[in-house]
Amino acid sequence: MLEDLFSKVKTRASYDKPRAQKGKMSIPENLMFKCPRCGKVEFMDAFLLGNKVCPNCGYHARLTAQERIEQIADNFTFIEYDKHMKSLDPIDFPGYPEKVYHLRRKTGLRDAVITGECTVMGSPCAIGVMDTRFMMASMGSVVGEKITRLFEQAESRRLPVVLFTASGGARMQEGIISLMQMAKTSGAVGRHSKQGLLYITVLTDPTTGGVTASFASLGDIIIAEPKTLVGFAGRRVIEGTIKQRLPEDFQSAEFAQEHGFVDLIVERSAMRKTISQLLKLHQTGGANNGKDSLG
Amino acid sequence: MAKTAWDRMQIIREKNRPTVRDYLPLVFENFIELHGDRFYGDDAAILGGIGTLDGQPVTVLAQVKGRDLKENQQTNFSMPHPEGYRKALRLAKQAEKFHRPVVCLIDTPGAFCGIGAEERGQGEAIARNLMEFMQLETPVISIVLGEGGSGGALALGVCDELAMMQNAIYSVISPRGFASILWKDPSREKEAANIMRITAEDLVEFGVAETIIPEPDGGAHIDPEAAAEAIRQYISETIPKYMKIPIAKLLENRYYKFRKVGVFTEQKGVNPL
Ligand SMILES: [Zn+2]
Repeated sequence: MLEDLFSKVKTRASYDKPRAQKGKMSIPENLMFKCPRCGKVEFMDAFLLGNKVCPNCGYHARLTAQERIEQIADNFTFIEYDKHMKSLDPIDFPGYPEKVYHLRRKTGLRDAVITGECTVMGSPCAIGVMDTRFMMASMGSVVGEKITRLFEQAESRRLPVVLFTASGGARMQEGIISLMQMAKTSGAVGRHSKQGLLYITVLTDPTTGGVTASFASLGDIIIAEPKTLVGFAGRRVIEGTIKQRLPEDFQSAEFAQEHGFVDLIVERSAMRKTISQLLKLHQTGGANNGKDSLG
Repeated sequence: MAKTAWDRMQIIREKNRPTVRDYLPLVFENFIELHGDRFYGDDAAILGGIGTLDGQPVTVLAQVKGRDLKENQQTNFSMPHPEGYRKALRLAKQAEKFHRPVVCLIDTPGAFCGIGAEERGQGEAIARNLMEFMQLETPVISIVLGEGGSGGALALGVCDELAMMQNAIYSVISPRGFASILWKDPSREKEAANIMRITAEDLVEFGVAETIIPEPDGGAHIDPEAAAEAIRQYISETIPKYMKIPIAKLLENRYYKFRKVGVFTEQKGVNPL
């Protein structure tokens, strides 16, 4: 359905320009792509071949975890970790198991993050990708546990970690258990870091709340895709608190970079090469690189 | 009959419920307040300093609820900005340097949500505290005095042992926020409070808190001195326990205190319905 097509690519682009009016033109289903930011209609093929970036204005639509891995990992190198992990219902919240069950059927995901290892242009790394189709990639027990294990596994295997973040925040349906995942994941990042291992965070749209306030802000190098929403509090919450409208670019990747919280903004077409370059820069060298060199 | 979460929320909202300012002189001696994060400013929502308890110097980090409107305006209703969390981390690192235990007193609706907080990296400040406190080479004890609201509370809650005042609550989001987001109806706050599992007993059951500090019948405001004495006694008994543990073991235990929290299954093909 046309409506479904649009719903898949809606993001903060709506802040940039008034939303293009839907449904006025008749567009052949799935053949054409209408950009939610610039409103231009393009061939779907051109949009998909460019990794879901609008050929006209450079708008980056959200990717699924699967699409992201296909774009970043070398072919046939991805090995998934903890594939069967599923959430339970710690606070017996009415409707939560049903909601998760239907999302599993609909998306083919078991929860909001896929983790594993792969090579990127030949460099091995542990990799995690969050997927907003699953409850806006909120962090509950499964996301917290899989990310913690990713860092622990990378620590014991001495691998760098590349993590594509996206999240609406903590998974409230899991109560206080979800809040504790922030401490747990941050602890795992710290242990990996103490071993002198590299952690690259890639902020993708939208990275907010408890994920921003934990592992997403702790990378040695923090990359963001252009115009990604990055922030702690929700825009509406802040507007409600201060009783005024916020500027258009508030909490964009560019805003975060200007305030010192993002190392570099990288277009999707250059992401794989940039990550590969950073991985290679950390593969050798450094003063006293060997652990036993004083012996 | 045990009090519901909602009953307890009424108790902690009592106008004269003791705050950190009331407890400080009753629990610690020789207290000296220290200010500022050395980067940007001094956030009055988080108080820091050094005092003694049983002659043992301790660093105290505390979220400051006001006792009246004027105090609340000064302390921003105990909703810290990034510089508050960075001050806390600075003083925690100072405590580590001098092998001094840290006592965190949590009492906040949450980290402040505003323009300046975003510009100065509220998320980064909280995240940094979570990671650094996890590795802090000195004992850390946290006590939730009244309200433990979300990541803003957790930023002072990475510790070796978490204690809850008997009527305190600790939650991922306020019950009002929970009702308004999940049910689109903030007026269902009471219902949310009672299903969210946010009481001291709930947290002990989940393995998130270790200890419940008793309050006088009816709540801490009935007899603040008795409540302060219970806090003093708890800290006095607990600190020596953790001071004895070798640092490497202490940090390992602290990591696993949080590492173990999570509810999931790894069975293939299990249908949870
Ligand atoms: Zn466009």
